[in-house]
Parts: sequence; C-alpha cells; structure tokens
Amino acid sequence: MTDVENSNETLELISFRIAEQEFCLDIMAVREIRGWTAATPLPHSPSYVRGVINLRGAVLPILDLKARLGLGVSEPSARSVIIVVHIGARLVGLLVDGVSEILAAERATIQPTPNVGCDTVSRFVRGIIAQDGRMTSWIALDDILPAEEEAEAA
Amino acid sequence: MDPMDAIKATYFQECDELLASLEEGLLALEAGEGDSDTINAVFRAVHSVKGGAGAFGFDRMVEFAHVFETALDAMRAGKLDPEPEVVKLMLRATDVLVDHVQAAKGEGAVDEGRAAAMADDLAALTSSEAPKPAASEAAAATTDEWGFAPLKFDFGDEASAASEAKWRLVMRPAPQMYAKGHDAALFLRELARLGDAQVSLDASALPDLESLQPETPYLAWTVELPASVEEAAIRDVFDFVGEDCPIELTLEGGEAPAAPSAEAPAADMQALLQAVQDESSPETSATVPPAAAEKGSADKGAPKGAQGATIRVDLERVDRLIDLVGELVINQAMLAQRVAESELACSSSVAIGLDELEQLTREIQDSVMAIRAQPVKSVFQRMPRLVREIAGATGKQVRLVMEGEGTEVDKTVIERLSDPITHMLRNAIDHGLETPEERAAAGKPEEGAVRLAALHRSGRIVIEVSDDGKGINRPRVRDIAVEKGLIAADANLTDDEIDNLIFLPGFSTASSVSNISGRGVGMDVVKRSIQALGGRISIASQPGKGSVFTLSLPLTLAVLDGMVISASGQTLVAPLTAIVETLRPKPEDVRALGPAGAVLAVRGAHVPLIDVGVALGLRHAPIDPDHGVVLLVESEGGGRSALVADEIQGQRQVVIKSLEANYQRVDGIAAATILGDGRVALILDVEAVVEKRLNERHAPLAKAS
Repeated sequence: MTDVENSNETLELISFRIAEQEFCLDIMAVREIRGWTAATPLPHSPSYVRGVINLRGAVLPILDLKARLGLGVSEPSARSVIIVVHIGARLVGLLVDGVSEILAAERATIQPTPNVGCDTVSRFVRGIIAQDGRMTSWIALDDILPAEEEAEAA
Repeated sequence: MDPMDAIKATYFQECDELLASLEEGLLALEAGEGDSDTINAVFRAVHSVKGGAGAFGFDRMVEFAHVFETALDAMRAGKLDPEPEVVKLMLRATDVLVDHVQAAKGEGAVDEGRAAAMADDLAALTSSEAPKPAASEAAAATTDEWGFAPLKFDFGDEASAASEAKWRLVMRPAPQMYAKGHDAALFLRELARLGDAQVSLDASALPDLESLQPETPYLAWTVELPASVEEAAIRDVFDFVGEDCPIELTLEGGEAPAAPSAEAPAADMQALLQAVQDESSPETSATVPPAAAEKGSADKGAPKGAQGATIRVDLERVDRLIDLVGELVINQAMLAQRVAESELACSSSVAIGLDELEQLTREIQDSVMAIRAQPVKSVFQRMPRLVREIAGATGKQVRLVMEGEGTEVDKTVIERLSDPITHMLRNAIDHGLETPEERAAAGKPEEGAVRLAALHRSGRIVIEVSDDGKGINRPRVRDIAVEKGLIAADANLTDDEIDNLIFLPGFSTASSVSNISGRGVGMDVVKRSIQALGGRISIASQPGKGSVFTLSLPLTLAVLDGMVISASGQTLVAPLTAIVETLRPKPEDVRALGPAGAVLAVRGAHVPLIDVGVALGLRHAPIDPDHGVVLLVESEGGGRSALVADEIQGQRQVVIKSLEANYQRVDGIAAATILGDGRVALILDVEAVVEKRLNERHAPLAKAS
C-alpha cells in the first residue's frame, strides 16, 4: 500500500527509544498514548504478550515491543507508556519505555531496511530514517501480533 | 445510504417476512390446517413480493412470481385444490422464489434450469400452455412501464370473439386511496391483464387549474372487460383497497357465461381445471369456497401478523445500547467496590442508594437484552427447505414437526444456532431415519418424523432434534471406535458412553460417504461450535425407536453468571452453568494416583483433580488441594472433574468481552470480562481445561511459543 502513495508526502512519525535504539511509528496508526497499568496475563501466550488491559470497556492486548524486537524484556516503570495502535481492525497496545518526539520525514527520504541477516529486523523494520546524524527505524506493525496458531483448530 | 438502496433494503426485509409467511401458510395447508384465510395470505405474500420486484425491475423474479401467483390464484378461486402434491410443488416453488430474492440481493444465484422447470410445473397446474407466455408478456409489460411512464393498453385491435356481453366497471378512487400509496394505473394494468380492457377516462370533474386541489382526485375511469372474465377476478384486483376505491361493476348486454374463465385459451384451461378438480378427492374440494376468495380483503391476513405495535430499529443502535449498558454495569460494580473499600456502614445512604442503583442497572440490562431477543423462528423457518432437500436427495420420506418457534433468545445466539441445527437435522435424516422399505419392514409408517423443538429451561435455551428412526447402532459404533483407535478394544463402556462416542473427532458411522453428511467432520464439529458458545450437547438413543439430540445454550452471549475465583494471584471467572458444586476438600479425600495425578473422593466417586493455575500455566506445581477450594464441574460426556483454585471471591454477573476482537483465541479461555476494580479478568473455558487435561495427561506447562 505504501508504493502507490505520493513519495513527496511528509510522514509524521512518533519516535521512542528501546534499548538505546531509536524506533518510530506512523502517527496515523496511533490512536492514543496512555500510562502503564498492570495487565492481566494470558495463558499459553508468547512471552512478549504482557496480557490484556481494560481500555474503556474494550479488552486490549499489550505487547512488549522490546521483547517482540528481541531486545530483552521490559521492566515497566512509572515512565513506561502504552502506545495504542490500529492494526487492521484490531486495537493493540505496545509497551515502550517512553516516547521521545514527533519526527517529520518525507517519504522519499526513507531508506530501505539494510539487510543485516536478521529475520526480526526484516520482519519488523519497514525502513530507516536518517536525520541529524541519528538513525531511526520505522516499525512495520502488520506482523507484530503472534500468528494465529489455532486457526485450523477453531 | 442511497434512498433507493434504503427502499430496496426495506423491500428485502419485507420479502423475508413475506416468504416466511408464505412457507408457513403452505406448511399449514400441507398439514391440512389451512382455510381460505391461509390461502389468501399465501396469495398476498407472493403478490406483494411480485409487486416490489416489478418496481425494482427484477424481471426474472416478477416472471416467476407471476406464474406462482397464477397457480395460487386458481387455488384461491377454488379451482385448484390444496392437495398434498400441489402444496408440495408450491413449497418447492417457494424455495425457488427465495433463491430469486437472494439473487436479487446479490447473494447466490438462481438455478435457471430449476426455476424454469418449476415455472412449467406451476403453469401446468392451471393450464398446459397459456400462462407461460402470458406471464412473460405480463412481466415485460410490468417492468417496461413501471414508474410514471404512460401506460399502453391494447384497445382491442385483435378483439377476441367478443360476446355482446361486457363487464362495465366504473372506478372512482377516493382521496385516501392515493394517500395510502396506491396508484390507479396499477389497477388499470391488472384489469388489462384479465382480458381485453377498453378504458375510458372520465375527466369531467376536473376543475380549472386555479381551483384545483392537488390532493383531491378528480379522475374516474370506465373499464369494459369481456364478460368471459370472472367477476371475482375483477373484484380481486381491488382486494387491497376496499372502500378506498369504490367500484361499480355491472354486466351489460347478453348473459354472464355459466362457466367464467380467465384468459384467452379459456376453453382449454377450463377443461384442465376441471380435470384437476376431478382428480382431487371430493371431500377437500369443498374447503375453499369461491365466495371466500372473493372477499379476501387486506385485514384478513391481519390476525396472523397482529403482534401489537412494533417499530423497526437499526440493529446497530440496539447493539450500541447493549454495549453502553454493559459499561454501566461495570461502572456500577466499580462504584460499589469503592464504596465497600471506604468502609461505609451498610446502612449509610450511599450504600442504600448504590443497592438501588444495582437493581436498576440489572433491570435496565434485562430490558435491553429483551429488545435484542428474537424468536428462534428466524432460524427454524429455514429448516423445512433443508429437510425437503435432504429427503429428496436420500429418497426418504420425512415429516418435519417444529415446536417452540416462538422461544426467544438473544440475537447473538440466534446467529450461531443455524449451523448446529442444520447439521443435526442432516444427521437425523441421513443416519437416523431408515428408508421407506426398511421402515415398512420394521412396522413403522413409511414417512419418518423428525421433530425440532426449542424451549427455555433453567435460564438456557434448549434445542431438541429427535427422529423416530433406527437409533444408534451401539455395537457398530463401538467397533468403529475401536477400529479407529478412539477407545481400547477392551474398554467397558455404558450405553451412554457409547452414544457419546459419535462426538469424537474423526468419527463417522456412515459406511459410504454421502454428500449430505458422513464426511467424518459431523458431530465433533457441532460439539465444538456449541462448546465455543458455552453450550452443551448430548444424545439419548433407543435402538429401533430413534435418537434425541439435545443442545443447550446460554440465552445470551453478552452476559454470564459466573463465580469469581482466584488462582496464583490471578482473578478468573468460571461460568456458573458449568459448576455442579463447590467444596473444601478434606485431606483424607485427596488420593494420589500415579506419579503426578490425584483424585478426589466425592461421595464414593473418584474424580480427577485439576489445578487451575497449572492448567493455565500460571504456576508449575499444583497447590495442595486441601488448602484451596474445589469446583466440581460436569463436562459433556457427563464425567466430572474437580478444579482446584486458591479461593472463591464471590458470584456475580459479568459482561462478556471478546478476546478475539483485538487479539485471538486463547486455549482454555472462553472470553474476558472487566471486574469492579477495572481490571480484566479471564473467563475459564471449563470444558477446554478439562478436556486438555484428560486428553494429554502430561500436558506441558505453558511455554513461550
């Protein structure tokens, strides 16, 4: 879907740090940002699924983005935030240590993800934004939820 | 929404209702319970469907409906008896009409061959040659000219050998006729269809433009029709308007023919009708006096449809209301918890007010849920067709008896009922019922009976599908289960246990795979989908006498009465319906069995102990059962298990929240809910927890996958 979009378009991205690396998300995918509240753990779930919380009556799954990106397990603190994003029709909360700033980047300046021979990187990093001598990885959300293992059983 | 689309949507909604009443009426006729009112209602249903179809330009549907209508009209006029064969044909014609409507909706397609054959069969009921082309012409005329385009009438160029005698009809529409949305042009068109109509307009009452009252009708028409047209047929055209369009009908010149008939090939048709009537049994030929048909006015169908004043509401609005009330319930619970935490006296005005609020909230919730409740009829009415089709495909004779169609259940459940019922009916006919020959040999009536019933029982809806067939062949079921490795060859099973083997995955008793059932995905799939809804299914069978499948479901999928328990620091909700009893086990009742297993002695029986925390992967080692509480649960096969939890917090109604909406299904968890403290609690899928434990004795602990 990104290919057909205007390459002169300016993207607004929300950036945050995970384990000394900069990441960002398309602001259009973000619905809200809220403080950390303890989640109810889900049984039989991958370790990066922290559980579910109550988002004004909806049951919202919380993913530990750090763990999902293979960078270790988050220790939620008072500074941790949950970024609530749309993934298709679903709403999902991403646990991060805190958001840093809003970046603006022209679509044309976004560099393709370099091949570093890492599956996690190629799956979850959509592109690289280089600004002011810093490198920020643009996160792809499509694959971020665990695969539906029980698809055939249901 | 486009206004046209909105009208169309309303039309389709009406179509569904009309088709349902059509089928209902025909079934009543088939059962010999119909009277002239029923026939009128049936006729009107087809007529209304046709009318709308014409307006929207669904030509093929109009064409078919017209042929159908012609046959029904003959029945209404008493020229065609509602004998079983005819009604059966009409029921199948209804199926085709349903297909037409579906196709018009853009869902599915019409089997043209079948539709054409059906149209021919219907036409054959009234005439061997006439109605078919006439129908197409009529349909073409209708669809070409719908709207306000000028009407074309055949002013008698090829006036058939007109007798001197003529009907002279003066129609003078009253203002209220137009106010109700009728159109004089439609009557003229209908009249023209009856025969050679000579229409003349009487505009003498029309005033000057200045004094013209836009809502006052000034026009009158005089229509002359050949005397061969039946008086009843002419009056029928005005069936729907009654007093709103006064007509004067006089016969001028000559005499009325003794045997009036409808259209051009009058003689042939009359002879055929006569033949049809002669074939029918004499005692039924009197059931529909022509006089009754004549007076079929709009209010005749009313008693059936009269259900008090109702309004149509967009389902989305009701769903929204239900969601909001759900939030209200949660908020109320939160408030109650805060008040409890603040340690106010129970008699304080706040606590008392809160109690009242709780009652009110419950009442609001019940009332709102009642809005969305629907009779199961909407599902049941699809079943006669299914049964007809399966009966046709298997060559068995089946009579479907339905009971309790009025039983109400939440819409969320209704939508999920259709598949299991379909499956159970298929099974009952394909596997349960014998062939007519086998039945005759067994001394049973050749026609097998399948009963589909719905009822409310202890806060749940129960659906029963029973047949009077051969019942479950237990030795065969057992052999197959052994053969497929589902049970040990020397397993000692009770009759009930053997019957329940058919719910095991991969089990199919049909020796040959038919396309109706018997792909081996049958009953276990039914069972799974029922369980997913928090329901149960069971079977009782008597060899030679038949089987009864009973499925019970919660009345709603929106709220649930649950027991709030905790395990390993987590709060969980166990559906109350699954729990037989709760107890604190005495240490001497807990007995180790095998290296890791344990059983609990409950009044002489030994039930397996399952630690909820371990089953959900919350902890690695089970707690000592005598330090916790035991929930005795009953699972499908009737077997019991003891779930061990840390403690019971209480019992409350919880609002069911889907986990799948934002995440996915989680094994062992049925859904989620939000508790008074605002946190999410998971609702246990008791059946899955028990089954998982029993199936894989050494279930590995939850691990990151």
